[in-house]
Amino acid sequence: MNSLDLARWQFAITTVYHFLFVPITIGMAFLVAGLHTAWYRTAKLKYLRATKFFGKLFLINFAIGVVTGIVQEFQFGMNWSSYSRFVGDIFGAPLAMEGLLAFFLESTFLGLWIFGWDRLPKKLHLASIWLAATGTLLSAYFILAANAWMQHPVGYIYNEAKNRAELTDIKAVLTQNTALATFFHTIPSAAFTGAAFMAGISAWLIIKKKDIEMARGTLKLGLITMLISIVMVSVSGDITARIMTDQQPMKMAAAEALYDTTESAPFSLFTIGTLDGSRSVFQIDIPSVLSFMSTGNFNGVVEGVNDLQKQYEETYGPGEYTPNIPMAYWSFRLMIGFGFLGALFALLALWQMRRGGTPRGRWFAPAMISLPFIPLLANSFGWIFTETARQPWSVFGLIKTEDGVSQVVSAGAVLFTMIVFTLLYGILAFIEVGLILKVIKNGPSEELDYVDPELGGSDKQNLVMSY
Amino acid sequence: MTFQSTWFLLIAVLWIGYFILEGFDFGVGILFPFVSKNEADRRAVLTTLGPVWDGNEVWLLVAGGATFAAFPEWYATLFSGFYLPLFLILVSLIVRGVAFEYRSKYGKAQWRQRWDVAIFISSLIPALLWGVAFANIVRGVPLEKAASGSIEYTGGFFNLLNPYALLGGVVTLTVFITHGAVFLSLKTAGSIRDRAQVIAKLSGLVAAVAAVSFLLWTNLSLPEIKPVVLSLSVAVALFWVAGMAMNFIRREGWAFIFSALTILTFVTTLFTALYPRVMPSSLGAQFDLTITNASSTEYTLKVMTFVAVIMTPIVLVYQGWTYWVFRKRVSASQISHPERGVLDQVSHSLHQ
Repeated sequence: MNSLDLARWQFAITTVYHFLFVPITIGMAFLVAGLHTAWYRTAKLKYLRATKFFGKLFLINFAIGVVTGIVQEFQFGMNWSSYSRFVGDIFGAPLAMEGLLAFFLESTFLGLWIFGWDRLPKKLHLASIWLAATGTLLSAYFILAANAWMQHPVGYIYNEAKNRAELTDIKAVLTQNTALATFFHTIPSAAFTGAAFMAGISAWLIIKKKDIEMARGTLKLGLITMLISIVMVSVSGDITARIMTDQQPMKMAAAEALYDTTESAPFSLFTIGTLDGSRSVFQIDIPSVLSFMSTGNFNGVVEGVNDLQKQYEETYGPGEYTPNIPMAYWSFRLMIGFGFLGALFALLALWQMRRGGTPRGRWFAPAMISLPFIPLLANSFGWIFTETARQPWSVFGLIKTEDGVSQVVSAGAVLFTMIVFTLLYGILAFIEVGLILKVIKNGPSEELDYVDPELGGSDKQNLVMSY
Repeated sequence: MTFQSTWFLLIAVLWIGYFILEGFDFGVGILFPFVSKNEADRRAVLTTLGPVWDGNEVWLLVAGGATFAAFPEWYATLFSGFYLPLFLILVSLIVRGVAFEYRSKYGKAQWRQRWDVAIFISSLIPALLWGVAFANIVRGVPLEKAASGSIEYTGGFFNLLNPYALLGGVVTLTVFITHGAVFLSLKTAGSIRDRAQVIAKLSGLVAAVAAVSFLLWTNLSLPEIKPVVLSLSVAVALFWVAGMAMNFIRREGWAFIFSALTILTFVTTLFTALYPRVMPSSLGAQFDLTITNASSTEYTLKVMTFVAVIMTPIVLVYQGWTYWVFRKRVSASQISHPERGVLDQVSHSLHQ
């Protein structure tokens, strides 16, 4: 493998890993804020126990999300310096804004929330978790706008003398339809992920008969949030697909393994292609559905891979413009499949909980324990699809991935860093899972160390929260 | 002032913020095994950082992001050129953040000792390497025009370990240790406070020797003596002396203010010595990266200025307020059950 392949692998490993933690953080931040609000409003202790219990789990997860995010900020310059030179005038701005508007907000107010139980008035303390949650949302918005620009560059001109793209319209970059659709697709899926995490763990508590009073409530909260958010994910996914067909027709064609331009194109449920992915051997199709998904019209014309390849050769010169089709095809289906599988489990469990029932049956325990992993798989396949099916482009139509890699970093150096990152990340995942299992095993604590600040306190008083 | 100079200044401000804030974090991380005599001490020491370390580290992320946005050529050349040192810093920051969060989750001695070693090493490495990196930038490294037309770093990893750069590393290391000791003497009560004060006295002396030699070397190796750089260097020394004197008479608040001012003037000295270059080349001025040839377009800089001018004061206000909220000293006696991990609950989980 050369340094390009290694840099791509390192980026894939560190980014997919980072994004396991990000959606849990975003989703859980709002759910924990909601539980905290419920306690603030009703003063019911079950809400306080839930806030503390899920707050603990949230923070264990947040720690790894934060530290693996630092790598993301540096990696563009370290491994993709030619890319950074080419796009910095545009791509750097949302990254800097993310730091200034989002990272400061989330880290500072999360610190206040964790350590503020006995230091802040109740209302301010509640506000700090909401501000931290808002920070996660802003962060997602800016980084998704930057990614959307790679899918569909807008608001720029190409400066030939400097061989780089230059920003001409920041508003276009931050508000283009690709950015907004991606945001409204990613945020509900983060809510779906956080909710699945909460629901799965609550179900486990119920199975182990721990604090059922609290766990029933949080199970229901998780399941309902999952169902609402899957509807939003589907609606925005549908919009995203149409935008994608319009802006990156090759990606849609690859997702469908549609080799020839077709009117009333079918949606393929299953396909076997030749090993190099150049044509399909066997397919099961639903008539006209792909045309509808891509154009909103059952008779719409969907362009095929082979015709697009020819078109791109004319526009961009000779070269390979077809992404890895089996990967695009399967990751697209696995994203959708896992999403709906999670929703199905949620629906079943919720159905059995109606009128005060408790879910039972052999399916319940394995389904609920696997629940947190299902959206993680859906998210990962979604990103693997959207990033690999844009290849060979790094920024669609502007710069190819192979032209973005750092020239001065040797393959040996990248191999070394990739191995260390992978080992380190593996160890951290192992430790994190161990801690999460321990929290679940303990269950929500009866010993609520909350002290009301309005009752006054002195320096001698024990710290509610310490490291 | 042009937008390019404004952004050069703003990036200097971000690094100043980062080194003042994470500087004491690093110092505390390095000192924490030595300044603590028992488990309660160790937890009290870490608790002084608990609510703030993550916000402090964001200054680095914003400095990185701002460099990317305002000077993409600088960001690209520096980060790809200094690949391995930055990688070591990244690994340290990853381990360190997780260590803070996870260390006290269990009470098991082995679990804690491992994280304690991790905190020490992962604080030491960046404290040293940031100085090495900045000294190299000021000194100039081999930069050449590549076939692609961009200016690239052509030295290897070991080229970065020259005596001047290593001295720079010793400066940041010893200054951060002292800054951390002063912070601890300000933020803790009882015996930790006394021990930290003694450490600050000793490490302050070592840092003074290192910093004065480094600044002399810096001034002498400039093409001509720049009066501004020289006077700033003198100011660094004066602030440090004032800080050490305040530590001596145990005016801890003032000692901390002066050690922060020292870091501020030190970073200012380095950036002033650089200006208007951002990364000078040791192979000839035609390969220098400057605020002109490394920068983004004026439009991008304007947009970013607009955002920075609004957001930076707001951030400073709420981050400052956090320090106010947690202004009370932490003492070991406030830590209940220091040996017990947060997750080692004895018995009280609910069963129904």
